[in-house]
Amino acid sequence: MKTQQEIFEILKAQYPDFITTQDTEANELAIEVPALQINSVCQFLASNPDLLFDSLILLSALDDANGKKNSEADGSFEFDGGTLSVIYHLESSKLRHKVVLKVVVPREKPEVESVSSIWQHADWEEREAYDMIGIIFLNHPNLQRILMPYDWDAGFPLRKDYKNPEFYMGIKVP
Amino acid sequence: MSIKTEHMVLNMGPQHPSTHGVLRLEVELDGEIIIDVKPHIGYLHRCFEKHCEALTYPQIIPYVDRLDYLASMYNEFGYVVAVEKMLGIQVPERVEYIRVIMGELQRIASHLVAVGTYGIDIGAFTPFLYCFRDRERILNLFEMTCGARLLYNYFWIGGLSHDIPPDFVRIAKEFVQDFKGTLKELNNLLSYNKIFVERTANVGILSVETAINYGITGPNLRASGVKWDLRRDDPYSVYSKLDFDIPVGQGLQGTVGDCWDRYYIRVLEMEQSVKILEQALDQIPEGNVQEALPKRIKPAEGQIYTRVENPKGELGYFIVSKGGLQPHRVKVRAPSFVHLGIMGELCKGHLVADIIAVLGSIDIVLGEVDR
Amino acid sequence: MGLLDKQFSDENIILTKAEDLLNWARLSSLWQVGFGLACCAIEMMATSASHYDFDRFGVIPRPSPRQADIIIISGTVTLKMATRIKRIYEQMPDPKYVISMGSCSNSGGPYWEHGYHVVKGMDRVIPVDVYVPGCPPRPEALLEGLLKLQEKIRNESLVKKEKV
Ligand code: SF4
Repeated sequence: MKTQQEIFEILKAQYPDFITTQDTEANELAIEVPALQINSVCQFLASNPDLLFDSLILLSALDDANGKKNSEADGSFEFDGGTLSVIYHLESSKLRHKVVLKVVVPREKPEVESVSSIWQHADWEEREAYDMIGIIFLNHPNLQRILMPYDWDAGFPLRKDYKNPEFYMGIKVP
Repeated sequence: MSIKTEHMVLNMGPQHPSTHGVLRLEVELDGEIIIDVKPHIGYLHRCFEKHCEALTYPQIIPYVDRLDYLASMYNEFGYVVAVEKMLGIQVPERVEYIRVIMGELQRIASHLVAVGTYGIDIGAFTPFLYCFRDRERILNLFEMTCGARLLYNYFWIGGLSHDIPPDFVRIAKEFVQDFKGTLKELNNLLSYNKIFVERTANVGILSVETAINYGITGPNLRASGVKWDLRRDDPYSVYSKLDFDIPVGQGLQGTVGDCWDRYYIRVLEMEQSVKILEQALDQIPEGNVQEALPKRIKPAEGQIYTRVENPKGELGYFIVSKGGLQPHRVKVRAPSFVHLGIMGELCKGHLVADIIAVLGSIDIVLGEVDR
Repeated sequence: MGLLDKQFSDENIILTKAEDLLNWARLSSLWQVGFGLACCAIEMMATSASHYDFDRFGVIPRPSPRQADIIIISGTVTLKMATRIKRIYEQMPDPKYVISMGSCSNSGGPYWEHGYHVVKGMDRVIPVDVYVPGCPPRPEALLEGLLKLQEKIRNESLVKKEKV
């Protein structure tokens, strides 16, 4: 069993180029990983005999809402710039330790590597993250909407600047 | 000579009596053999997470109820534990005990629905009536406590909305006593019924590695033989003071981790819940249940992930606060959502009729799958 | 026969209007296609299980819409589901009746404000005969709703309405 700090040290030794910081403002520490390295980092975490992270508890995407806010006349707004992030909670069922990883991507180009080849659980979670926030997971086997209708074209509902359409297939929405 | 055949695609749902709600399964068949099952979900997507961002922390509790509407008490349990942790509140002992009692009663009620409807799926109608008869008694207990039968809004952040009524302990004890008989009845009616065993044993076998890789938790994981229960392994509330066992699947009628095991583990868990209830009902301390209610609920900036052992599995709340009255983001780890993902894997190679046996055995609630 | 058993002194004819007979027949055997969608469905299930016993009003669950008289929409109707509901409703033979059970299908219920994917009222999709309020309505409330529907059927008429 290892603490988050120890796991951070191990990762830092393994990937000195890009693992340097922990997100400390939250009261839950999160190790920051670049979007295009997450797959190899996770593979390392899952296979290293000292770590053995064999299960992904939760994958959550969130809109940081930190861009420039462009308000419009009708009270709605849009974000310009800023970031979206994806947070991974991993656990080892054998060694019983946990770790939190964090990936931050720009709003304009939210591309993150998929980890569904390591944990099958990630398949649906990533589809949900795509559906709700619009994160694009590269190398995902089947990235399409999961909760909203397949032909939904009004955007990603959990983004803070989401606007609901007036009609969907002839049914009044709001 | 091999004959070339074409696969047939069969749609089940979104409204089908055996799908436990609004779920559509796209089944690919080769004759009667299942090649693949693709669940299509979202028919009950009620925008829970969007609501959370627009409501204050206490206002979210009623919406939390509506996630897994068969286990509302337990959903509230998870949520209030998370927010209390963010605020650093210590709740009185009496509250903890009442919460555990409500939670375990709810676990029995939820398992009763799971077991009863599973019987219907397989073709046995009578056990359903027996199960609902007893569930009704639990709902009566809830109703006398907080006035609602299904969606309670009973757990508050830092306390409870009401204390339990004076008669509660007596009636609950009576129920617990009678319920032991019901379990025997249920075993005689269904568990060892030849037809039922034939339909469920050796069907949909789930191995430990696959289960963990897919993130399966709760009874479904325990049925595969893993002793993993958050009440014991990541204790919250007063579970560490109570004595109970964690039953695991043993493959009594077939292989470890088959549908029968997943069914039977729920029966065993009800027994354990009865054991917990008996202790907790005896030990409730005196006190004021609203003593620790905070004046203002405004957690500091930060994020937290907490989890509890819901009747269906690991229910987690990931809450991100930006210091306001409303959370910035709430993400729910809904066990049913995770469990449904394994349908394709479990059904492969079985016959069409087994889909229902497998689906019923993983016990999903669509309110939680779609949120 | 029950109530009327051996009540008449000789064999007799009962006089009634064709209308009343038809209505009586219709209202006493309403086969429902249960359309359980969400939490309300659990209460609907409880209504047909022990304790409340829907059967005594002649309501028998029927899995196929083609042989059903009423449809009980119990639960939250979402955009993804709405088109399916319409299709099922269209498959039912006339005369058909709709009971909307619960706040969600009446008006969107708790999800009326922020529910971007919730239809704010079943009646935007298909016509509704009886609304049963509550979140969730108690089984008694659903029974009351059914009685109201029976009342409505009892007062139906075969005579063409004159244009006013
Ligand atoms: S009205 Fe209430 S109980 Fe019924 S489906 Fe809606 S939220 Fe659930």
